[in-house]
Amino acid sequence: MTEYLLLMVSAILVNNILLARFLGNCPFLGVSKKMETASGMGMAIIFVLTMAGTITYLVHHKILVPYELEYLRTIFFILIIAALVQLVETVLRKSAPALYKSLGIFLPLITTNCAVLGVAILNIDLDYGFVEAIVFSFASAVGFTMALLLFTGIRERFELAQIPKPFRGTAIGLVTAGLLALAFSGFAGMV
Amino acid sequence: MAVFKEFRKGFWEVLPPFRLVLGLCPTLAVTVSAENGMGMGLATTFVLVCSNVIVSAVRKVIPGEVRIAAFIVIIASFVVITELMMQAYAYPLYKALGVFIPLIVVNCIILGRAEAFASKRGIADSLADGLGIGLGYTIALTALGSFREILGAGHIFGISLFGEAFRPLKFMVEAPGAFVGLGMFLAAINLISARQGALSAALARIFSPKKADKKLSREVA
Repeated sequence: MTEYLLLMVSAILVNNILLARFLGNCPFLGVSKKMETASGMGMAIIFVLTMAGTITYLVHHKILVPYELEYLRTIFFILIIAALVQLVETVLRKSAPALYKSLGIFLPLITTNCAVLGVAILNIDLDYGFVEAIVFSFASAVGFTMALLLFTGIRERFELAQIPKPFRGTAIGLVTAGLLALAFSGFAGMV
Repeated sequence: MAVFKEFRKGFWEVLPPFRLVLGLCPTLAVTVSAENGMGMGLATTFVLVCSNVIVSAVRKVIPGEVRIAAFIVIIASFVVITELMMQAYAYPLYKALGVFIPLIVVNCIILGRAEAFASKRGIADSLADGLGIGLGYTIALTALGSFREILGAGHIFGISLFGEAFRPLKFMVEAPGAFVGLGMFLAAINLISARQGALSAALARIFSPKKADKKLSREVA
C-alpha cells in the first residue's frame, strides 16, 4: 500500500506530468484562460487517461508481447486511444447527458493530447505492474488537473495586470508556467 | 515560384513553435541541448514531409468523415519507421529523446498541416510546405536548445565556450528553464514582428544588398 501511495505522490508532485515531464502542454496553455473550461478539461483527462492507461497496458501485455508485435506499439496505442475517446463520447451522450455536456467539447481534443499517449507509453517503458500502471495513470491525470487549475487561477488575474506588450498572451503564460514549475521542483527529493 | 513561397513561409510567417504555437511538448522537453533539439527537429521534419506527400497523394480517395483517422494512421506509420531507423542508426539520440519520438504522432503541427494544407493541395506544394515548416521547426528547436545549453551548461553541441571560470546557470537546463526560455523567445519574436517592415528589409538586404540599404537609410532618416 505504501508503495502505491509513494507512486501517487511522485506522479502528482515530484514528477508532475505537465511541469516536469512536459506532456500535454498544448491544452495546458490553450484552455487555461477560464476556470470552468479548465476544470472540465481536467475531469475529462482524469476519466480518459485512467481508462486509456489501463486498456493500453492490457493490450500491450496480452496481445502485442505474446505475438511479438511490440514495434507496432505506437500505431496500436493511438488507434486504441482514438477509438476509446469516441466510445466514451457516445456512451456518455446516451447515458449521462449532464456529464457529456460538461466534458463534451474537450473529449475530441484529448485524442491528440500527448499526455494520454505519453502516459500509456511510460507505463510500458517504466516496466510497471498492472496495479502500478493504473495508479500511475490516475495519479498523472490528477497531477495534470492540479497543475492546470493552479495555473488557470494565476492566469485569470492577467486580465487586470499590466503586462509589457511583447509578453502578452502565450509568452507571459510560459514564464508563469516556469515559475510554477520552479515551485514544483521544490518537491524533488521528497520520494 | 509559388512552390518556393510555400517553402519559405515556414521560416518566418508560420514558423513553429513561435508563430504557430503548436508542438510545445517536444519543444519544451528536448531542448536541453542544441544537439537534442536538432535531432528532434529533423525527425519531425522527416515525418512531416512524408505524411504531407502521402496525404496529398491520397486526398481524393479518403472519404471526408474518416479523414482524421486516416491521417493519424499515415503519420503513425512514418513515426514507427523513424523510431526503428533511429534505434538502428542513432541509438544514443533515440535514448536521449525517449518517449518524445513515439509522441511525434500527436504533434499537432503534423496533423495540423495534413488537415489544413496537404489535404487540399497538390503534391509539390505539400512537399514544399512540409519541408519548409519542418526545417523552420528544426532551426527553432536548435536555437532554443543552443540558448539553454549555452546558459545552462556553458557549451554548445558539446563544445565548451567559456572555459573553467564559467559558472553555468543550472536553472536553464532544468524544467522551469524550458518554460521561461520559450517564453523569452516568444516575447522576442513578438517584439521583432511588432517592428513592422524590419524583417522584410532584412530579407531584402540578403537578396539584393544595395537596394535594401538605400531603403533602410531612407526609413531611418
